[in-house]
Amino acid sequence: MATIAFTRPATTAPRAITRATGESPAVRRTLTAVALVFLALTLLLPLVLVFHEALSKGVEAYLAAVREPDALSAARLTLLIAGIAVPVNLVFGVSAAWCIAKFDFRGKNLLITLIDLPFAVSPVISGMIFVLLFGMHGWFGGWLFDHDIKIIFGVPGMVLATTFITSPFIARELIPLMQEQGTEEEEAAIVLGAGGWQTFRRVTLPNIRWGLLYGLILCNARAMGEFGAVSVVSGHIRGETNTLPLHVEILYNEYAFAASFAVASVLTLLAFVTLALKTLVEWQQHRADAERTEDVPPAERIAA
Amino acid sequence: MRRTSRSVLPGFGVSLGITCTYLSLMVLLPLATVFALTADLSWAEFWGTVTNPRVLASYRVTFGASFVAALVNTVFGLLVAWVLVRYRFPGRRLVDAMVDLPFALPTAVAGIALTTLYAGNGWVGRYLEPLGIKVSYTWIGVTVALIFIGLPFVVRTVQPVLDDLEVEVEEAAASLGARRSQTFLRVVLPTVAPALLTGFALAFARAIGEYGSVVFISGNMPMKTEIVPLLIITKLEQYDYAGATAVALVMLLVSFALLLAINLLQWAARRRVEA
Repeated sequence: MATIAFTRPATTAPRAITRATGESPAVRRTLTAVALVFLALTLLLPLVLVFHEALSKGVEAYLAAVREPDALSAARLTLLIAGIAVPVNLVFGVSAAWCIAKFDFRGKNLLITLIDLPFAVSPVISGMIFVLLFGMHGWFGGWLFDHDIKIIFGVPGMVLATTFITSPFIARELIPLMQEQGTEEEEAAIVLGAGGWQTFRRVTLPNIRWGLLYGLILCNARAMGEFGAVSVVSGHIRGETNTLPLHVEILYNEYAFAASFAVASVLTLLAFVTLALKTLVEWQQHRADAERTEDVPPAERIAA
Repeated sequence: MRRTSRSVLPGFGVSLGITCTYLSLMVLLPLATVFALTADLSWAEFWGTVTNPRVLASYRVTFGASFVAALVNTVFGLLVAWVLVRYRFPGRRLVDAMVDLPFALPTAVAGIALTTLYAGNGWVGRYLEPLGIKVSYTWIGVTVALIFIGLPFVVRTVQPVLDDLEVEVEEAAASLGARRSQTFLRVVLPTVAPALLTGFALAFARAIGEYGSVVFISGNMPMKTEIVPLLIITKLEQYDYAGATAVALVMLLVSFALLLAINLLQWAARRRVEA
């Protein structure tokens, strides 16, 4: 949830550690070992187990579980939901960041807090609020029933719940970045006669592209992996309202462990891709930042 | 909302319009249902629902396990952040990237993996069982899942603060005769304390709402290992919308209070840096 959920890890260059401010080699080795053992137990072991269990009945059983029609339809639905939720939140995130970072207005802090709100809400409650709105006994339930529109226990409800959950990701990433960059470059473009859209595309977008990509990656990972919220609004019908995470649950509860872990391993690979892309973007961004600070400010360039 | 100063940049009306409309329809209106539906209940009904023994037991599981997990994460999160920032070892960058795994891995995958790992015949469980420690399907299992989910929050909050820590301050302490442990306790720890507290609060806040990773390992026994989010789902499945909403309102209020506390903490930390 909240505020700095995805602060970038620091990537500063190694710092010379002097004797006075460093620990003795023995202490250093012990601390490193304890930290690595802890991480191996909490993070690495579950990962290894996923692939071990997935392949426990052989490669053929693995491929069969992944290629089974229900698994494929779950994968399609997962892609469809992310394919709607992510672009919608992209438009929202860019709009929110543009008005918050480039203009001054009253109530700005309130707006930022409201954008953060879905991070603070439990996934289960995020699903529940849409049941309260559109479920059979919900506010609009009667009207929807009369017009034969099904939102809850159907795909529209799952899209809504996922969109709600993932709405802060891109906005959160862009707002501090665009605030830091200020408005001077855009103002110069406008004064020189560029149109609004042209300014955004040629001036703003190149400056925020890494941050935008970063937000997109995180938003997509959450949209594809969401479980709690989707579980509440899904009808759990195989081949129809099952996403990959829900398919994992159904197989697991049927004691089809190898198949369940096989599908889970696909989601784990997705997590690897997410982490790899994220790390790559961080390095790019770090390099871009370094280049910008190395640039001599225009005023000094003229003076020299 | 009105603009307080003129700007030559276009698009203020459109972008603010999209933002406010979207927030109202997608976020505020749905959340308002919780408050509106709870208002239908009388105070006695509401109080009866949220203090029912089974509900009270689920608060104990959720808040108790979340607290212990956040505490463990605070200790080990600080250690991991310290090792990653201060020490150089092969594979450090890989380990650094791995810390974000709980953010990237779908919670259901974490749930089934941890349950299998800590079950009586699992890779870890088989060594704990003879010692009389049962993890899967107990309160400890819930905590283990929440430790997994919460770890990156503490590491990623503390890491930048440790990174910005001026070595000169530690040098000064050392040159004034402080031992290394004294420097750590009296100089380093107070500086990272606000970040640690924020990390604790973030991990705790995430843990109380967590569902996917916990529901498999907890065993879901009412009065023993049933967490609040699962209780809400159970009530929904029984079409007890009023009951589900009442419990959800309690959880929402706790979450919003935590969000406020976290924002205040960060605001205070920023002011300290600027001062």
